[in-house]
Amino acid sequence: MKIRTLFSELAKALGNAIWFLVLLFPLMVMKVNVIGGKALVTFRWNFVPVLFITAFVLSFIWKRALIWNEHRQDKIPSQTFSYKIKVTLQLYFKNKAIKIGSTLLLIAFVGVFPFLFGMYHTNVMITAFIYVILALGLNIVVGLGGLLNLGYAAFFAVGAYTYGLLWKYVGPSFVSAGVDTGWLFWIALPLAGIIATIFGILLSLPVLRLRGDYLAIITLAFGEIVRMVLQNSGQITGGATGISLIPRPWFFGMKLAPKQAAVYIYYIVVVLVIFTIYVVRRIEDSRVGRALEAMREDEIACQAMGIDLVRNKLITFALGAFFAGIAGVVLAAQTTYINPDSFTLWESIIILMAIVIGGTGSIPGAIGGAMLLKLLPEYFRPLAQYRMLIYGVAMILVIIFKSDGLLPRHRKQYTFEEKSDSNASAGAAK
Amino acid sequence: MNIDGNAILVIENLSMVFGGLRAIDSVSMYIKKGEIAALIGPNGAGKTTIFNCITGVYTPTEGTISIARNGTASGESLRKIQGLKPNVINHLGLARTFQNIRLFSNMSVLENVMIGRHNSLKAGIFNAIVRDPRTREEEQRVIEESYEILKKLNLHMFVNEMACNLPYGAQRRLEIARALATDPFLLLLDEPVAGMNPQETKELEETINIIRDQEQVTILLIEHDMSLVMNVSERIYVLDYGRLIAEGSPQEIKSNPEVIKAYLGE
Repeated sequence: MKIRTLFSELAKALGNAIWFLVLLFPLMVMKVNVIGGKALVTFRWNFVPVLFITAFVLSFIWKRALIWNEHRQDKIPSQTFSYKIKVTLQLYFKNKAIKIGSTLLLIAFVGVFPFLFGMYHTNVMITAFIYVILALGLNIVVGLGGLLNLGYAAFFAVGAYTYGLLWKYVGPSFVSAGVDTGWLFWIALPLAGIIATIFGILLSLPVLRLRGDYLAIITLAFGEIVRMVLQNSGQITGGATGISLIPRPWFFGMKLAPKQAAVYIYYIVVVLVIFTIYVVRRIEDSRVGRALEAMREDEIACQAMGIDLVRNKLITFALGAFFAGIAGVVLAAQTTYINPDSFTLWESIIILMAIVIGGTGSIPGAIGGAMLLKLLPEYFRPLAQYRMLIYGVAMILVIIFKSDGLLPRHRKQYTFEEKSDSNASAGAAK
Repeated sequence: MNIDGNAILVIENLSMVFGGLRAIDSVSMYIKKGEIAALIGPNGAGKTTIFNCITGVYTPTEGTISIARNGTASGESLRKIQGLKPNVINHLGLARTFQNIRLFSNMSVLENVMIGRHNSLKAGIFNAIVRDPRTREEEQRVIEESYEILKKLNLHMFVNEMACNLPYGAQRRLEIARALATDPFLLLLDEPVAGMNPQETKELEETINIIRDQEQVTILLIEHDMSLVMNVSERIYVLDYGRLIAEGSPQEIKSNPEVIKAYLGE
């Protein structure tokens, strides 16, 4: 029986290999050279076995992997390899010394990173951290609220342009008054958060009744509208050329060299990431977070329990937009130049992908996903032309084999322990 | 319509039209403070539609629905609620359960009830971020209150379980617990014993009586299980093809020829 199934699988793989060979024959084997107006077809026959064997092996492995994946759930969870690793790790981290030690190590690493590595790596890290903030912000909307938002880059743009326009229109009067233009960053940071929040509320007003696909389409359209407006209102926003020479943040009135400025912005963004994590965690574990959780689970029941869905959706969009606005200001300060091309649909998709790969709703997942999607392409530049292909394959693999993401969410659950003196105590499990 | 002195829910000439279908046809009824009333009728008679109109899921095509928390005869103090949003109506003191169970299945039993307590809490987004002592105290309090509610419905042994892992009967009771957590004065139960065995039905019958007697919550229920309806309810409304065909005590309904015709045919 076992051998027969193996044979049938091999036969299927053989069939797939032949099919692939036929499909890819014109692409991989035939080669057309146009010399002197004449098309010369050469056949690279040595490609045939390579193609055939690769397709055969991959097809067989893929089939086996799918079967393995299907039977994975049958095993008792406590006996699986991944579970054992998890338990061992948990045991290690229960140990206070290890826990504190590793936290300190992480803090120290993040702290000295710009001095250990050069300016290039610092800048790469700043970009990655900006995306971490974005992913955490979108995670509130998609992960907590369950509202699919495909126009998130629009809020990012609103943040960046708040700073850009502030520089363009208020900057000159700062210069003429003799005030350091670096101050603008610190004005723009909260202002961008507020303006992005207002945009978030404005967007959510028309989409309150929508869910799922419709919501995704509307938010997508909103994202494109914002970009188009920025691109086509040339007198105000500078159009496609964007806004340049945006000042770097003020630092006690000192004129920082580019390298020092990068280090400085690095620390600012680290603080902002910590702030974001803190806020998101607190909200997740509160009355508001609970209501969002319930809204994602069942809107009708949620409303019947007296929870105002309109208000909840407004809160979700506004919070998500707030963090995107902040991230936008940092981006403008880091690159000192912004134009509408930095806020395309592709940016929204990348952020969404970071969340899905990391684990929807999970904070470590959003951080990990954003780092992965921003750092890997940076350090594998030679593979840049295969980027889309790799993203696509990674996405498919994650969805099939680990549908809840690489670092899935472990929601803090409210529990109740009754004590002997009937004095109730509440705590968190998981 | 002859309205009793202490009506807390008054429905007058309620009609609901879906396209060409008249799901409810000028129904008038009222619920007295402190009673257990039942709404019965064959499948598709429009019972759940009436519930949906009362709780704000649908806006009725015609007619009025009014409530009075304390029970009063004079028309002026009645408050019209038709067309209000479900959450507002819940806020006014009407809570419901669903025919097809609608629990937050990936949340724990305790959390389901905590969602019901949502409106009795005040913490906003800034309290959540700052987590001041008042908010922490409030969170602690809601956990204890929720546990007390679970205890009343004999669900406290499941307190930390996931709602989806509960046995069927317990899930139905959890729906009631969650509705009770919103501090209603009128509880609308949509087929509370559907799919339950006789033992569970018996237990729920007691629970319904306890809720009414101890919590002073008025109850209106939709049910197909006639033994439960006849045992617990004091007044019964019978609905057929969207029209009210009978009203009265269980004895009256049992012997009403119209009702028998509606249920058994001619």
